[in-house]
Amino acid sequence: MRDKQIENLKDYKYGFSTDIESFKAPKGLNEEVIRFISNIKKEPDWLLQWRLKAFERLKVLEEPDWQKPKYPKIDYQDLYYYSAPKGFKEKPKNLEDLDPKLLETYKKLGIPLQEQKRLNGIAVDAVFDSVSVATTFKDTLTKKGIIFCSISEAIQKHPDLVRKYLGSVIPITDHFFATLNSAVFTDGSFVYIPPNVKCPMELSTYFRINASDTGQFERTLIIADKGSYVSYLEGCTAPMRDENQLHAANVELIALDDAEIKYSTVQNWYPGDKDGKGGIYNFVTKRGLCKGKNSKISWTQVETGSAITWKYPSCILKGDNSIGEFYSIAITNNHQKADTGTKMIHLGKNTKSKIISKGISAGKSDMTYRGLVDISKNASNSTNYTQCDSLLMGNKCGAHTVPYIKNKNSNSNIAHEATTSKISEDQLHYCQQRGLNQEEAVGLIVNGFCKEVLQQLPMEFAVEAQKLVGISLEGSVG
Amino acid sequence: MEQKIKTDFDKFISTSNFSNQEIESKKIALSNFLKNGFPSRKLENWKFSDIHQIIKKNIGELKFYNDYNIENEINEDIFIKEIEHNKIVIVNGKVERLNFEYEESDKINLTTLDNLKQNSNEDNSLLSLNNCFSNKIHNILLKKNYSFKKPLIIYQITNVKVSNTNINFQLNFELEENSSIKIINLFDDNSQKNFINNLFNFNLGKNAILKNYKLDRKINTNIKYDYTNIIQKDNSISETFIFSSGSNYIKNEVNCNLEGQYSSAFINGIHLLSKNKHHEIRTKTNHLYENTKSYQLIKSVIDDSSKSVYQGKIYVDSKAQKTDGYQLSKALLLNEQAEFNAKPELEIYADDVKCSHGSASGSLDEDSIFYLMSRGLDQNTAKELLINGFLLDVVEKITDEEIKKLIKNMIGLN
Repeated sequence: MRDKQIENLKDYKYGFSTDIESFKAPKGLNEEVIRFISNIKKEPDWLLQWRLKAFERLKVLEEPDWQKPKYPKIDYQDLYYYSAPKGFKEKPKNLEDLDPKLLETYKKLGIPLQEQKRLNGIAVDAVFDSVSVATTFKDTLTKKGIIFCSISEAIQKHPDLVRKYLGSVIPITDHFFATLNSAVFTDGSFVYIPPNVKCPMELSTYFRINASDTGQFERTLIIADKGSYVSYLEGCTAPMRDENQLHAANVELIALDDAEIKYSTVQNWYPGDKDGKGGIYNFVTKRGLCKGKNSKISWTQVETGSAITWKYPSCILKGDNSIGEFYSIAITNNHQKADTGTKMIHLGKNTKSKIISKGISAGKSDMTYRGLVDISKNASNSTNYTQCDSLLMGNKCGAHTVPYIKNKNSNSNIAHEATTSKISEDQLHYCQQRGLNQEEAVGLIVNGFCKEVLQQLPMEFAVEAQKLVGISLEGSVG
Repeated sequence: MEQKIKTDFDKFISTSNFSNQEIESKKIALSNFLKNGFPSRKLENWKFSDIHQIIKKNIGELKFYNDYNIENEINEDIFIKEIEHNKIVIVNGKVERLNFEYEESDKINLTTLDNLKQNSNEDNSLLSLNNCFSNKIHNILLKKNYSFKKPLIIYQITNVKVSNTNINFQLNFELEENSSIKIINLFDDNSQKNFINNLFNFNLGKNAILKNYKLDRKINTNIKYDYTNIIQKDNSISETFIFSSGSNYIKNEVNCNLEGQYSSAFINGIHLLSKNKHHEIRTKTNHLYENTKSYQLIKSVIDDSSKSVYQGKIYVDSKAQKTDGYQLSKALLLNEQAEFNAKPELEIYADDVKCSHGSASGSLDEDSIFYLMSRGLDQNTAKELLINGFLLDVVEKITDEEIKKLIKNMIGLN
């Protein structure tokens, strides 16, 4: 009985696709497509010019190739850069206006929007492909002066804020994928927390990649004004399909004086089948700027999906006394590949950073932690602590650690530790003796291994993440 | 540069008497080097030390022609008196004396190599350069079951006859089953602004033991690249100790291939830097077979505007189950201008392994200084004591007591 259940779980839980005819821009990457996107979103001229500038820059940039996981060349002219569910060109005003099929999809994902308001205190900004379809809990947030909406809406309603901060952390002159995003980004979330406001609930966005052959180019911008606090959740699932899909999102966080941003991600996009066919390419640029004094940015990520994960959520610690944190669990199984880590760039005085990274590789997968800790000349009294642990299951997978450590300040301390090992036979034996089967025992031990990071997640996520850790490793033992 | 190298190469070949085979393989090496040129920061391994720029900035125009026909005088004052030893004396890249007076001559086989191991790897273009311009390469073979009775000291001397010149030197050791040797490599630089490119190859048979100590302590403005390649069979042990302090720039690279079971490699190093120096140690231990072990301990003390770099990589092949790998690098920054960069890397493809690394950098512990001062030491003495203790940790790892004592005296750590 139990074995049968596990058998069912092994197949990708969220592998279904919604039949909504998509409204698409013509294939290809050129100036017309960018103008088309800008036009359909009724964007002001400055933003169009900004996009075009990024596009100009993109022409001279080369796709980076220093990463460990290699992938077949992507034909950027063969992708759709804009697609919206048909009939949604005008935004629905409330939940009841939504296409029932769409609601059904979310139900399967476990986020019944209808009950969202009553059941848990989370406002959900659901992104179905590229256009935001529903935003809840606006009222509660509006009362506090919090702006939580899609970035397209923010461009219309709060152009000053967007113009001031968009691209201030990830400039359009950044690396290839970030610049690509700047040129063609379609939608995403925008959060602004006014001074001295503590956001009363966890803000959450569910991303959904749906239309076949669509690269998703999300743009998220979160600004925490002086003395404010926000916790933001990002969770992702994608339907099963064979063709590889590119996802190159940009996430920018800005924390002003005394502000704190906590950004949590659970990513379980389609990783490809057991033979490594299909799956998502997750090439996301996430960067936070601790702009003000005493500010804090904390990244927590649980990465279990995608064929290739290639991302480094980073913190630029510019303000004095600012703090950057990075907690990560990355699990790869079958033919998945991950090259992930963080960058902590210490610029201000008394800045602190902490990196806890747990990597688990099983099957024929390959996992790399790559990180940079850079303490500049002026960042006196700064400290960094880094711990990266890797767990290997089987001798067909790989686990690698590539930290770059740069210390230019004699008053600062950097400590780095890394270990690689496997699950000890003794622990397994003990658990199995107590009546757990091998997979359960492995799940339990792995959860213990990841505990330090799981604890950082908000409650709602922690439970889901714990389950995910177990599901991701199924089929990797024995 | 290309034209200069080609003319210098022709001159070099016409003034030496190499066999046709040697000339052919030197030509291949030349074309390999020309294809890649000096490594620059664009290459991952040279990210922290761009030797292309360093040579350009500090030497400028480099001469590749080095006249091996010149007879050089050897100043015997520099010889170590404390211990009896065998000698190889190299002056400006030319072996002037090969003296194994304490050993049984029928147990050692001295030859020169005709056929060079070619390397077209972009990362290692300096090895091609070495192959191309080095003089006759000596091969020292230790026969089965023979242990060197006394240590071998390799004196590497440069004198005022060379300047702005690229000096290449290569030496080969083969250790047959159960043989062992202790080597001390001493630099004595009396020249300025040369680029010295060394390559040492060691081939260790079953149960062979190599103890290799490298000391660079005399202050000089030369730029050095020193590559040690060690291949190890079953049960063999290699111990490498690097003291790097004197030259303006030096990159020590140690590559260990653990090919046989129960083989082990130990690499320990010290950077003691002041003024405006830039030193790098790069270690790569490749665990290619089951039950192999490696250990690295690197400590840096960095003063003034010096820069210390450590890049260490532990590679574990999927065959190499039960690997034990450990790596630790620590740095003390004594001055605001000092800089420490590290890249401790693990690349692991086997699951039943125990691998870890650690890296820490920071300033001297204020509490410790306070403690010592409260016991009546002045601040400088207290600092000195702490630094000595910090570095002594590495020196204590030297397994040969006699040589440990010698090295302690030479570098002034007690």
